[in-house]
Amino acid sequence: MRIEKCYFCSSNVWPGHGMVFVRNDCKIFRFCRSKCKNAFKKKKNPRKTKWTKAFRKSAGKDLAIDPSFEFEKRRNVPVKYDRDLWQKSVEAMKKVEIIRCRRQALHINNRHSKSKEVQRRSDNYEVTKNMGLIRSPAAGLKQLATQLDGEKDMSLVSSKFKQMESRVVEEVHDSDREMDVE
Amino acid sequence: MTSQYNFKKIVIVPTAKDFIDIVLSKTQRKTPTVVHKQYKISRIRQFYMRKVKFSQQTFHDKLSTILTDFPKLDDIHPFYADLMNVLYDKDHYKLALGQINIAVHLIDNVSKDYVRLLKYGDSLYRCKQLKKAALGRMATIMKRQAQSLQYLEQVRQHLSRLPSIDPNTRTLLICGFPNVGKSSFINKITRADVEVQPYAFTTKSLFVGHTDHRYLRWQVVDTPGILDHPLEDRNTIEMQAIAALAHLRAAILYVMDISEQCGHTIEQQVALFESIKPLFANKPVLVVLNKTDVIRLEELNPEQKALIQGFINDDIPVMEMSTFSEEGVMNVKTEACERLLSHRIEVKIKSKKVEGILNRLHVALPKPRDGCTRPAFVPEKVIEKRLEKGPKIKKKTERDLEVELEDDYSLDLKKNYDLPADFKYDVIPEFWEGKNIADYIDPDIMAKLEELEREEELRVESGVYEKEEEEMDDEEKEIHRLAGKIREKKAIIAIEGRIGRSGGAPVMPRAGRKRERSVSRLRSEFEELGVDMSNKSGAHFSRTKSRSASRPPIKKARADSAGRVSSSSRVTPRDQSGIRNVELKAKAKKMGHKAQGKMNQFGKAGEADRHIAVKMPRHLYSGKRGIGKTDRR
Repeated sequence: MRIEKCYFCSSNVWPGHGMVFVRNDCKIFRFCRSKCKNAFKKKKNPRKTKWTKAFRKSAGKDLAIDPSFEFEKRRNVPVKYDRDLWQKSVEAMKKVEIIRCRRQALHINNRHSKSKEVQRRSDNYEVTKNMGLIRSPAAGLKQLATQLDGEKDMSLVSSKFKQMESRVVEEVHDSDREMDVE
Repeated sequence: MTSQYNFKKIVIVPTAKDFIDIVLSKTQRKTPTVVHKQYKISRIRQFYMRKVKFSQQTFHDKLSTILTDFPKLDDIHPFYADLMNVLYDKDHYKLALGQINIAVHLIDNVSKDYVRLLKYGDSLYRCKQLKKAALGRMATIMKRQAQSLQYLEQVRQHLSRLPSIDPNTRTLLICGFPNVGKSSFINKITRADVEVQPYAFTTKSLFVGHTDHRYLRWQVVDTPGILDHPLEDRNTIEMQAIAALAHLRAAILYVMDISEQCGHTIEQQVALFESIKPLFANKPVLVVLNKTDVIRLEELNPEQKALIQGFINDDIPVMEMSTFSEEGVMNVKTEACERLLSHRIEVKIKSKKVEGILNRLHVALPKPRDGCTRPAFVPEKVIEKRLEKGPKIKKKTERDLEVELEDDYSLDLKKNYDLPADFKYDVIPEFWEGKNIADYIDPDIMAKLEELEREEELRVESGVYEKEEEEMDDEEKEIHRLAGKIREKKAIIAIEGRIGRSGGAPVMPRAGRKRERSVSRLRSEFEELGVDMSNKSGAHFSRTKSRSASRPPIKKARADSAGRVSSSSRVTPRDQSGIRNVELKAKAKKMGHKAQGKMNQFGKAGEADRHIAVKMPRHLYSGKRGIGKTDRR
């Protein structure tokens, strides 16, 4: 008995589950569920279908090449049963699994760090360009005017407003610079 | 060979009336039918000549097929000739065929005469009369043949039901008194399924069955019973049997009923045998004593025994059998077949043809070289080795174990594994966390793992995994929050825009649309954006003026050349147009209602009812239609 991999999405196919298609050239295709089988029948390319493991590997989303992957393999070499070897192998499996998981997590983390930078840049862009959508430039001007209480005329108010505006812009520029440093 | 004596293929012979109908209708169908008197006379003659000739040809063809299909008594095997003579009377048969032959000639002559006359026909009428006369005379000739045609049809029907006996093949012929068990015997050895009944002359005609012996096909012919009287007195049924006996080169099985249940004594049966003995010349004959289940040969009284003994003295084999208990039936069959086979071979050897066959045959019989024996050779060493080994010890099989242990036995295949004893019964794990353990099995897995761990250590030391989690400061957080809000707002705007123009509906001009902008909306929007809109003093907006009943036209009134005012986009309803004020409007309504009252009361047609002034206007329903519309002519 063996846990097979789905031809399409590379997920596990446990014994007694899924479907097998044997093409007339004897190539065997195993599918974990009808979704994968139907995708195959529609001649979808698993490397171009976003939700498959094949896509994630080929697009660099997941870790693809690593020595920790070299342990799990169909070797096609008959090895005679030996209790010690089996015990050792199971132990090794556990260790390899830990290392593999850590490396995969690192890969994804590295990938995400780049996206954070992109996110920051777009935030700054939104705030500098489209602030007017959530807050009018004229907001709070009236209170300001009442605070100054008539002693200053409207021209002063407008100059104050301009000051404020420039401050916001400065803030934005500052943050830009910080980003560059990182 | 058999197909030669298969009379099932003869074409049906119609009655004289049908015959004439068939030919005349065929003539009508297959020849031209239209002729006019203004045609050239040669053409008219040609037309009728063709008809006459055609019907003559059809008669000729049909009658000739009859003549060819029916077997000629002189050409067929004498057995069939004799049989047909018995069944249908040779003279009658020949006469009927002769009559048909004469009819053919007569018809041919009639046709020839009338064609000659037709050559001189001078009008359509005359030609037609000649044709009519010709066909009439042909029909008369055919009518005279009614009797022979009828007879031939009967013969045909009977012939087609005759069994297809091949006179030249290996045949067993069963004969004897009626009711002695001939049909029972044929039923036993073949699949002929002849009717068997406990009265005389159940079988009224010949029957054929086939059986196998020595991988050959044997024809078995069952004949009706024959009585012991002179040939002249025999009836048709008996004569069939006689014909078969006389002409078939077969093994004759003379069936006798020794129990005398058939109503004839053994003396009578023997007498019959003696009287028909001339028919058995040059044929293997077998006397079969049937019904031994009733009485055996030994149990007969001495006189009867002596009669039977007479056969044995004449070198005629006598066999006992019982078709009831099936005792000796197969022996009789085998004996008869063997005798016939040897007889046929004898006859063949006597004939001249045998020389050719014998010349081609050679049977080799190897002669022994000398008297010494030559056993198989086994080297001495082999024998020695065998002795050394001792007797062979048979390996204990699972089956042996099963027998030995009986109920305690359980199949254990693991004990034969090629493994150390303590490993044999291990339960080998297959999976671990969705992984096949078999995939990880590798003799040098530990070395590889060590290498991987070393590499991993180096990585950890070099701080690959120590990634500083950079936290966002407050300012960044604020910017992120604001950006989020802006995006949300953008999304809302986009959705609203999409709702407005749903599914490619036509966009109305603003003039026709509901007024979308308003001061209240302006105010709410701006308040949402954080502007204080409470104090309106000094603001250059105010409440919009509400619409009144007498609103100004949306479009500017424009005077055309005639000086009238063009209509606005809103058209006044018809019941309101030209009405000055509300009172007038009410009055007009009332007046209209009143005017309608009478018409409603008497159910009369009003101006609103459907009305067709002229149902079928002449200009639309007369004359030809053109290629264009159907309502304009």
